[in-house]
Amino acid sequence: MAEVLVVVEASQASGVKKVTLEMLTIARSLGDVSAVVLGGEGATALFAEKLGEYGASKIYSGEGEEVDGYLVAPKATAVAELVKRVEPVAVLLASTQEGKEIAGRLAVKLDNGLLTDAVELAPDGTATQVIFAGSTIVKAKVTKGLPIVTIRPNSVTPSAAPATPAVEQLTLAVSAADKLTRVVERVAEQKGSRPELTEASIVVSGGRGVGNADNFQLVEEMADLLGGAVGASRAAVDSGYYPHQFQVGQTGKTVFL
Amino acid sequence: MNIVVLVKQVPDSGAERTLSAGDNTVERGSASNVINEMDEYAIEEALKIKEAHGGEVTVLTMGPERAAESIRKALSMGPDKAVHVQDDALRGSCAVATSKVLAAALGTLNADIIVCGAESTDGRVQVMPHMLAERLGIAALTGARKLTIDGSQLTAERQTDEGYEVVTAATPAVVSVWDTINEPRYPSFKGIMAAKKKPVTVLSLADLGVAADEVGTAGATSQVVEFAKRPPRSAGTKITDEGTGGEQLVAFLATEKFV
Repeated sequence: MAEVLVVVEASQASGVKKVTLEMLTIARSLGDVSAVVLGGEGATALFAEKLGEYGASKIYSGEGEEVDGYLVAPKATAVAELVKRVEPVAVLLASTQEGKEIAGRLAVKLDNGLLTDAVELAPDGTATQVIFAGSTIVKAKVTKGLPIVTIRPNSVTPSAAPATPAVEQLTLAVSAADKLTRVVERVAEQKGSRPELTEASIVVSGGRGVGNADNFQLVEEMADLLGGAVGASRAAVDSGYYPHQFQVGQTGKTVFL
Repeated sequence: MNIVVLVKQVPDSGAERTLSAGDNTVERGSASNVINEMDEYAIEEALKIKEAHGGEVTVLTMGPERAAESIRKALSMGPDKAVHVQDDALRGSCAVATSKVLAAALGTLNADIIVCGAESTDGRVQVMPHMLAERLGIAALTGARKLTIDGSQLTAERQTDEGYEVVTAATPAVVSVWDTINEPRYPSFKGIMAAKKKPVTVLSLADLGVAADEVGTAGATSQVVEFAKRPPRSAGTKITDEGTGGEQLVAFLATEKFV
């Protein structure tokens, strides 16, 4: 069967993200699933078990400072080289800032179309997108090259399909142009064990009515009691009640469509 | 510093937005059109860079004739001049083709810093800064909530889901910004008057050496097959607290199986 590449979204701190499990679930209906892990030294060992549990029969592993120490570009180069070599039927990436950015560079490198924010992907490559703040549903296809599609978090329910992935180390060909932007530091600001906003099944969101920053503790308490994430409206964020990365809506995170 | 700021005219996100029935592209004729909101923060950042380091700010827009309104609006905030890439063949261009055209235009502008909004409110695709960096072979610092400049070295705080990353690169570079980076200024009356006289260069595809069949619906690398409007969402339940607000809230959450 044909091979489908899933570019893994994960972090050393929080492990394999839920959106990756969703991508693996979707990818299984398109072909044999190969996960692509690009990150710091030791990343593959950390994520392999989970990727296997959700159906990755192969893992391509590209690790080290060459990939992890620079912004986005080395990852796009690694995926582009892999696409040329194994000729997959599709490439799935997460519809996160970085996932989209890798997809964008990949599309330019391969002179290939791309679709972002898909909530469904049919085996024939037709993607469903929800646009204009949820008012319009679109079905779209890549018409040049293979489908490069980013999947929006919380689109499908991940289902397990255990496999034992074989790991293949990638020979990285990172160019000088890929190393123009260096990542100096990664700072985690997420507190506690709350689920990530885009991946949570419950979000407790506060607006301007909360009144002040201190009162957001109430929103946090309620979120924790429900096992949910905390969100904030634009008005609340603009008033300085809560940090911007928790903003939901048009100019923030999409949590419901 | 030679600064170029990318400005896109988009249908107002507060108004009814739709795709055209004929070719399934974004309807840019009927809706009230505005400057993409995030781009106003990019303009502000470009002006701040100019104020601190000197130089010139050029607005670059690709869009139909009526995008000229947004260009004048952008210029009224303070940029020095503008380039408007306008060609009938551009209608329906995909992101890949758009990046080809913008990269060609940027090739004529010799920018040290290219500033743009992190995403547009119509497509929300977020790929343009990296596509341009890829094509131009220059650095990209994207999703910035803070930018500092030391000589030719740029350092940005890039917002991430978990916090932020500190990223750094030398010019020339593309920088994309979120609305957390600054507070855009309002155009002054003087600014609005001055904008009317600022030079706007209109470039066609032929001027840029890009073939018409590489862009627009003819050269699109993806296509909308079909679309449908969704029924509008119904309003939520509003509870006014008259002593039993808490109980009503819990009762509601229970019926929705949250608790």
